[in-house]
Amino acid sequence: MLNSIIHIFLALVMPPLLLGIIGKTKAAFAGRVGAPFLQPYYDLFRLLQKGSVFSTTTSWVFRAGPIVALATTAIAALLVPFGAHTPPISFDGDMILYAYLFALGRFFTMAAALDTGSSFEGMGSAREATFSCLAEPTLFFALITLSRLSGSFSLSSMLINISFGVWLSNGAALILLVGGMFIVLLAENCRIPFDDPNTHLELTMIHEVMVLDHSGPAFALIQYAAALKLFVLGAFFVHLALPYATGNAALDWALFIISMLELAVVIGVVESAMARLRMVRIPQLLVAATILAAFSTLLVIR
Amino acid sequence: MMQELFAPGTLVFSATLLAAVSGVPLVCTRRLNASQGQIFSIFLMLIASCVGVAGAILVLLSGHTFLYELIWQSPFGPCQIGIDPLSAWFLLPVFLIPGCAALYARTYWHADQHPATVRTMTFFFGVMTASMSGVVLARDGISFLFAWEIMALAAYFLISTEDEKPDVAEAGTLYMISTHTGTLGLFALFPLLNLLSGSWLFPAPTSLDATSGMSAVVFVTALFAFGLKAGIMPLHIWLPSAHANAPSHISAVMSGVILKVGVYGLLRTLSFFHTVPLWWGCCVLILGVVSGVAGVAFALGQNDLKRLLAYHSIENIGIIFMGLGVALIGQTTGSTVMMLLGMSGALLHVLNHAAFKALLFMGAGSVIHAVGTREIDLMGGAARRIPYTALLFGVGSVAICGLPPLNGFVSELLIYLGFFQGIQREGGAAVASALAAPALALIGGLAVACFVKVYGIVFLGVPRAETDVECHEAGWQMLLPMLLLGVLCLGIGLVPALVVDPLQRTSLTILPILARTTGLPLQELVPLTMITVSGVVLLVLIAALAVWYRRRLAGMPCSETVTWGCAYQRPAPRMQYSASSFADMLVSMFAFVLKPQSHRKGVISDLSPDCARFSRHVPEVVLEMLYIPALMHLYRRLSGIRRLQSGVLQQYVLYSLVTLIVLLVASYL
Repeated sequence: MLNSIIHIFLALVMPPLLLGIIGKTKAAFAGRVGAPFLQPYYDLFRLLQKGSVFSTTTSWVFRAGPIVALATTAIAALLVPFGAHTPPISFDGDMILYAYLFALGRFFTMAAALDTGSSFEGMGSAREATFSCLAEPTLFFALITLSRLSGSFSLSSMLINISFGVWLSNGAALILLVGGMFIVLLAENCRIPFDDPNTHLELTMIHEVMVLDHSGPAFALIQYAAALKLFVLGAFFVHLALPYATGNAALDWALFIISMLELAVVIGVVESAMARLRMVRIPQLLVAATILAAFSTLLVIR
Repeated sequence: MMQELFAPGTLVFSATLLAAVSGVPLVCTRRLNASQGQIFSIFLMLIASCVGVAGAILVLLSGHTFLYELIWQSPFGPCQIGIDPLSAWFLLPVFLIPGCAALYARTYWHADQHPATVRTMTFFFGVMTASMSGVVLARDGISFLFAWEIMALAAYFLISTEDEKPDVAEAGTLYMISTHTGTLGLFALFPLLNLLSGSWLFPAPTSLDATSGMSAVVFVTALFAFGLKAGIMPLHIWLPSAHANAPSHISAVMSGVILKVGVYGLLRTLSFFHTVPLWWGCCVLILGVVSGVAGVAFALGQNDLKRLLAYHSIENIGIIFMGLGVALIGQTTGSTVMMLLGMSGALLHVLNHAAFKALLFMGAGSVIHAVGTREIDLMGGAARRIPYTALLFGVGSVAICGLPPLNGFVSELLIYLGFFQGIQREGGAAVASALAAPALALIGGLAVACFVKVYGIVFLGVPRAETDVECHEAGWQMLLPMLLLGVLCLGIGLVPALVVDPLQRTSLTILPILARTTGLPLQELVPLTMITVSGVVLLVLIAALAVWYRRRLAGMPCSETVTWGCAYQRPAPRMQYSASSFADMLVSMFAFVLKPQSHRKGVISDLSPDCARFSRHVPEVVLEMLYIPALMHLYRRLSGIRRLQSGVLQQYVLYSLVTLIVLLVASYL
């Protein structure tokens, strides 16, 4: 019970901090002081206090987009184990629900973008649709590998099963998987080299261009949902790459928080060290991720 | 007496008879005018629908098998009909969807607006419903063929309702050729089965050995004949044009039910065999993956709303075949869990697809009725003009993408669980499952892309072209059936526990081996409670956030303005993203199968270019680039034989006589 409360508390409070750390890391690389760690929280509170502007072409779908996106991500957050602790909801087959919840959120985000009738937003949602199609098989190859390694059918036992022992016996498969899933993590969360959340040109955006017309509280929901998605996919990834577990509950929570912070720093370093890819290169990199994950599956089922 | 009256058999047979005669009131023109006749026949069809569904549910609840033998015999031996849970499961869509479609037709195809066609249409609609029921009830090859052929012909007359239009006539002809090719396959199938079992009656479940060479021939023939009817790639060529050109409620029945009758045929044939070899399962699984991925890829490239939905039927039949493949592979490897999960997933998807595809076709019909075109790129902003249709179409779209908390998710979850069970095993089963699960994920992703395109372009934004037709919401006769199907989608999605018992019984009918082994029941394999819990939590969370957002907005300054376009203040409807531009990236990615054809007129060169045009469409590649060239080649090479085809009836009678004499002589040799 206590673990569930900590789980929900972390999911509610921690996600924007990751964005703050990524921003600070990038600033450090650029030789700037950068915005404070808590800047994303200030932004969210400011947006919540603001009024809204709606486009005259929009209908209820436009208003539903941010709400469904946040609701689906929030439920997905309840399915992923944070550190070595079992999540509040766990059952056989929950990995399918996990994958499809994100798809439901995406459905409404993309539909809301098309509701504005803007070409920019149409372009953004076409890109999102295309790239997420390519990321989906990678996730499933990863789930298959994990299911085979652990012999289980629920996300929590699949992920908690990964330990240094598994790394020793199936190192090759897990390295491939870490590579593939890191690419998916960056692509799904619209980070460089796939998308630049801070870019200023509508023509080059993916995620940001879909939400151009949202404002005020709705935009706060979107920003928070994006941070939560990074947090949830990050927690998934941390299990693969940094499978620390001590057996002591309090220590494990601390280790989990530290791992997530490490991940944010790594993402910040990648964002500082790399340039954005050209749009035509993105599908190629995503297919490469699928191939990596497929190799890891073949290694474990041979 | 009362018990006999309400016996499931009686209910189903009377429903079949009622459906068969439901078109008669319109034919008796002396007593009733067309409009009254239509009401009367819709009434008959609704009763047939309710009674038939009730009978099917009774059989599913009891799990008994009812067999009846007709007293008069056909020249080929006894004529048997029967209802078991497998038949009953398919009777659900067979009676449910036509009932909905009949009510829908009252507004969509009103007798006063279509006086020339309403009589034949209503008549053949009833005949088709009854014959579909007949196919599912038949227990011997000959009555099966009779019912099958009546169904195929009735469907032909329904497709070609508006055959004065060249497109419709062409679609009808293509359908006729394809369906008769399939019937030829059945003419081969039943004699082959007769050779195996020694009777025209259907063999008992798992009574035939699947390892013999003859069984392999039976399997391939059945896969061809029933696959053609189900619309599996590459035998789907008739399907897109037929579904696009038929009236929408007919498309709903064809896509929702007739395709499933093909699936039924294959399931029934497979149920005769035991010790199924691995290649059967792999064959079905590969066909499923190919149909699924290619079907949805072709759908992405379509600009005609109904054609797009037709390609999605191919995709969904692919998903059903994938479930079937899992079950067959499980049968080979002796995994009862895979058998149960794969088979129940496939069966549940049969019902689910019938519900949401019929809903989508009816929704498409309402949109087309309202805006007067089938071209997606000419639509837009329909959600403001026809809000109820838009909402229900949205439910169908989310369901067909397999997203929670609707019914598509539950059946796909069952199939996924089957795959994940397969991965734990060794050898071929693991490899096949490990490759098929990501394919199903890809299908899901592409389906989301495709339905965002449809929903976003058709219902959202602003209208792209001004049409002369006055845009209006559909009448209650059109909305009520759609509402019913929408509620069914939500019901199965939220409370799958309702359908689990019938599913388990139906799976046991096909795979009796499951009853002998002490495996886990479906209730314990599938997280039924958690599906319900997570679905409800999701809906509650969405509702809570919506209420919060509404309150938040109420206290804040809100204003309205034009959409952001880099400060451009006069956006025009034609500047919106179109369906073709939305799908462009994905279509280019799949260009190696889709072979999109671009047409360019004029070039854009100077600073002030002249008028230029660009258009692109995705052709029916398999038909236009494979079958037609091959058939044309054959036509040229074999033109000598065509002299036999004179077109004179007397000559054909002579041929029959000569054949009979030859056979008679041959039998004495």
